[in-house]
Order: sequence, then C-alpha cells, then structure tokens
Amino acid sequence: MMAQKSGRIVAVTGNEAVAEALRQINPDVSAAYPITPATDIMQRFTGFVSDGKVKTEMILVESEHSAMSGCIGAAAAGGRVMTATSSQGLALMWEELFIASGTRLPIVMALVNRALSAPLNIHGDHSDGMGARDCGWIQLWSENAQEAYDNTIQAFRIAEHMDIRLPIMVCLDGFIISHSIERIEYIDDDAVSKLVGEYKQLNPLLDLEHPVSYGPLILPDYYMEYRKAHAEVMSKVPGIVLDVAKDFEKISGRKYGLFEEYRLDDAEIGLVILNSAAGTSKDVIDSFREKGIKAGLLKPRLFRPFPYDEIGNALKHLKAICVLDRADAFGGSYGPLFIDIAASLYPHKNGPVLINKIYGLGGRDYMPSHAELVLNELVEIVKTGKVKMIKEYIAVRE
Amino acid sequence: MATPLTLKELSKKEILLTSGHRMCSGCGAPIIVKMVLLASDYPIVAANATGCLEVSTCISDYTAWKIPWIHNAFENAAATLSGVETMYRSLKKQGKIDKEIKFIAFGGDGGTYDIGLQSLSGAMERGHDMLYVCYDNGAYMNTGIQRSSATPYGADTTTCPAGSVIHGKPQPRKNLTKIMAAHDIPYVAQASPSNWSDLVKKVKKALEIKGPKFMNILSPCNRGWRSRTDDAIMLSRLAVETCYWPLYEIENGVTKVTFKPKEKKPLVDFLKPQGRFKHLFAPENENMLKNFQEMVDKEWGVLLKASGTE
Repeated sequence: MMAQKSGRIVAVTGNEAVAEALRQINPDVSAAYPITPATDIMQRFTGFVSDGKVKTEMILVESEHSAMSGCIGAAAAGGRVMTATSSQGLALMWEELFIASGTRLPIVMALVNRALSAPLNIHGDHSDGMGARDCGWIQLWSENAQEAYDNTIQAFRIAEHMDIRLPIMVCLDGFIISHSIERIEYIDDDAVSKLVGEYKQLNPLLDLEHPVSYGPLILPDYYMEYRKAHAEVMSKVPGIVLDVAKDFEKISGRKYGLFEEYRLDDAEIGLVILNSAAGTSKDVIDSFREKGIKAGLLKPRLFRPFPYDEIGNALKHLKAICVLDRADAFGGSYGPLFIDIAASLYPHKNGPVLINKIYGLGGRDYMPSHAELVLNELVEIVKTGKVKMIKEYIAVRE
Repeated sequence: MATPLTLKELSKKEILLTSGHRMCSGCGAPIIVKMVLLASDYPIVAANATGCLEVSTCISDYTAWKIPWIHNAFENAAATLSGVETMYRSLKKQGKIDKEIKFIAFGGDGGTYDIGLQSLSGAMERGHDMLYVCYDNGAYMNTGIQRSSATPYGADTTTCPAGSVIHGKPQPRKNLTKIMAAHDIPYVAQASPSNWSDLVKKVKKALEIKGPKFMNILSPCNRGWRSRTDDAIMLSRLAVETCYWPLYEIENGVTKVTFKPKEKKPLVDFLKPQGRFKHLFAPENENMLKNFQEMVDKEWGVLLKASGTE
C-alpha cells in the first residue's frame, strides 16, 4: 500500500490509547462519570484538559444518566462530543441511548466492556454492549489497543457523516485490553485532525437565527415513519464505515473492513468471536493449520448495524462453525452473536452446522486450550455429522 | 437597553411561546413561561423536562416555541441544559459564537422535586450559567394527578386519594426552594404569577447574575386542584396572601421576603375553592386543617426570622 507510516511506536494500555485518540481529536465538549474499567480514559483525558492540551470543556456530572443527557444537550447545541463508560454506567444511560440515536446526534462513546450486576463484577465481558445492541447506535468492536485507538479515530468520521448522523460506541474489553500494555502505533496529530476534519453542524440549537425545537412529541400519526427513517439510515452505515476505513488506511497503513477474516478462504471449520479473545483464537487457528486442519476465524468489527449479507457470504462455504459469545441472551436460547450469525446464514440452504459456546463471563479467562477444545469438537462434527449440544457454557463449574 | 418594568412596555415585546399550544385553558404554566421569557432582554435557549408543558407545546409537526428549545427526557432538563450551556462556552471560547445567550430550563414539580432532583443538584453544584424554573402545580398532573413530593399536606390525588382511613397526602410538601438555597448558589427565589411584577423582577435579576439560579413558581392546575378554569390567578394570589406560598428570594445567602401581606389570610381561604382539599372540611378532619395551618405559620415564621423582618 501507499501508506505513509509517520506514527510513533509506543507501549500503552488500551485506555491510554483511546485517551490519546481523544486528545488528538480534541472534541468541543465531554460529559463523563467515572466507572471501572473506563475511568482511566476520562482520568487521562481530564489531565489533557487541565494541562491545556485540548480545547474541550468538561462536564463532570453526577451520574452516567446525566453524562449522556449532557452529551445530548451539547451535541444538539452544535459541536463535537464524546464520553466513555462501562457496564452499570451504560445500563444507567439506557434511556438516553435511545434518545441520542433517535435525535440523530453523532456522539462518540468508548465502551470498555464489563460484566453487568448482579452479582457485582468489574471484569470484562460483553453483557453491557450486547444489552445495548438494539438502541440505534453504531457499534465498532476492537480486538486490541491498536484497534481501539484506530476505531476511536474513525468513529468520529462515521458518526458525523452527513448521510447518517448517528451516535457510535467503540467497544474494547475491560482490563484485558483497557489495562494491559501493548505495543501500538500512534498516528501524527496533524494526520488525525485532517482525517477527522472540522465538525459540521446540522440544525444547531445555538443558531438563534433559525430557532429549532428538539425532542417533539410524535404520536401514532408519524412515530412509525421516524423509526423507519432510522432503520433506513442504519443501512447506509456499512458503506460509510468502508469509505472511512479506506481514508484511514492512507494515513495509517492499517486496513479495516466490516469484519476480519482470518484464514477463512479455504476453511472448513471456523470460529466466530469478538474482541480480545479473537487474538488468542488466531494463534490456535495457526496451530491447527500446521496440523493440516483447515481452520479459520471471523471477527466482527461492525456489530451494529450487523452486516448480515457480507458475513453470511463469508461463512457459507464452511462445514461447521462455533460462535463464541462473551455474553448470554437469557431466555433467547443462544448467545447474542450466535443469533445474528445464524440469521446471516439463514438464506444459505446448505450452510455450515452451527454451535454456540458461552465463555469468559465476568472476566473468566479464555485460554488457547478452550479454542483447541472447540476446534476439535468442530473436527468431530464434520467427521460424524453429529452435534452433541448446540449451546454450552465452557470453562465453568458444573 | 433593558426593558422598563411596566405592563405597557412588556406588552410591546414579542410573545415567545405562541398561542395555539395545547395546554388546558386556565393552566398556570404557559402564563409563567410567557412572563419569564418576556422578562429577558437577552436571547434565550430553553430546555424542558417531560411534562404537561413539554407534551403540549411541541407536538410534531408544530412547535409553540419561537426560541431554540430542547426536550430530552423527564429527569434531566438540568443535565441536558448543562450540555447546551457548556457547548456554548466552548464555542464562545473558540470564537465560533459571539452572541450573549441566556439559558433557562423549565420543569414541573415531578421533574424537579422528584425524578430530576439529582440532575438539578448536579447542574447547580457545577455552576452552569443557567436559570432553572420549576412550575410547581403540586402533583404529576401530566400523567393524571398522582402525588409528588410537592403535593401539599392533605391533598387528594389519584395515588393518595382521600379515603375513609387515609385522608389525602399524609406528608407535608418537600421544601425544594430551601434545598436549592442550601446549594449556596447565587440566587434562589420563589414567585407566583399573581404577582407578575415581582416575578418579572426576579427573572431579570436572575439573568443578570452569572452562575446557577433557581426559581420556584407556583402554577395553578384546575384539573388537579379541582378548581374553576378562571381561578388560576385568584388562587395563586390567595396562596401568597395566606403565606402558603411566600414570595421571597435568597441572593448570595441573604434572605429577603419580597411581599409581606398586610393581613395574613387564613389558610382555608386558599384551600376552600379547591376540590382537592374538600374532604379536609369534613368535621372529622378538623385537626388536619389545624395541622396544615400550623405548618404554614411555622414556615412563615422561619422565613421572617431568616429575613430579619419578624
């Protein structure tokens, strides 16, 4: 590629990398409330504010509900806005998530994924992000600190795109990524500013010459048209995500799609898995390949809107797939990622056999041995044509 | 530049909440909003908590607001306006906006005393340059007259109905004005639409002060108060003259009673025309009337003492 690699190589945590991206983007306003493990992002960012390294005005609110409420007010007023949260904080924002998206405000939020209470647990799993998957936000998921940094930068361009104007969450795994130090490459400040560009206002509340009313009551006569319009706007997101990825590649040399395919072209068995555990799994895929077993992996990046057609096409040729979920959808029989993967394969009649494993809840370790067990099970399924159990919790006491 | 405070001068100003909104006839809230907006010599950007005022003034595709206006949800008018005001400061600092704008939040007592109290407290503590106006009609009128913490003692509501065992709301109202004063913000006031000049003066004063300000304004609701539609101003006057709703302000910690009735009327004068207190006039509830009068007397005494006008 023609990439101009001008960045600095650093050893930083995922949170530090996100905070650095936010410094480079330099938003107008941020409203935030501390919660483990996302706290560190805002702590570092407020350090930039105190040192005058950003122009951002902080609103240090008294709750996450007010954090998102403040972001909504600030974004409606007409400027660039971001925040960060985790778990219970996202749960407390729940009402406001729908209002942010329904009002079509391009707020960027880092979601450092953490388990939901009860029981109380501060460690990483995807229950928070999955619980908010249908709230009308765009969701980008990140495997490691580099992806969290890269996704954060791209998120602003995507959210603020004039054809969509939607809020966006950048998800990264709590502690595993947020608090682990990794080698990553930063892009130069100028290149980031240029890529993200000046904020473009749309119907700003502060425009006194054109007074607007935000947040009307809309009854059965028009409510449904608004929801349909939202659904249609969501369908434009994948194209914009790809366009932004192309521009991003020019300044970084790093290529992004709607999802990552790892040794998937000629694979017969495969794993579908989100975020940090994908990294662990890829190593195991390599060792299976060395044994001559055609294993591959698909890691979704754009989880909302879910690219059903593209993912279905990428997986349809496999014989057996295990979808690994770091969250369960209680009462829905299968994990949330499984449900979407199954839907993406529905149009493909003789598609792969699917199984579902629930792993890593509340920060339970996901080890290479777990990936091995799952891949061996897929080998067996292909050999015998028999599935013992479609869904199962792994690495758990009976 | 400032508009002289006469009705003649105020009447020349543009009404910024147009007629044609869908508030009930005789409602106090739109009268209050109009007075508040008329009082300002600055452009206003307003936020509105979910409630009667909000659902009745902006039903798609119409809006009664001639000023920029935002409704977010029930409990967060203050937090939402915090965001708007902060963006204004950010853009002003960056030289992207130069106009002097004032920010006002409107919320009913449900959205202010109860579900929105945390958001309001946070916004006041953070020192945003905004005026929060509570139009207090003493219950969740929008959802059908359920009791709030602003509901007066003894009042009959749909969730504390006057029954044979429980005779309306057993608890006295929360004194939110005092709670806001305890935030040590520069300006807190109580006003009533009956005393328009007092109300307008307070808004004008509040808007000249930098930082967080709070005004609690009594807002008659004929549906919930079970009163005549043309009694809003009469009832709010009686609330003031009985000292049920004293008019006062606390500016930089100094309490001042802004209207002292020549002759303090008995509380029953305010209660009698309202159906929500009808049961209190039954012989067996005589002690409740007595209790209620004592509460008002005590609170009035405390206020006079605080203002040094005993």
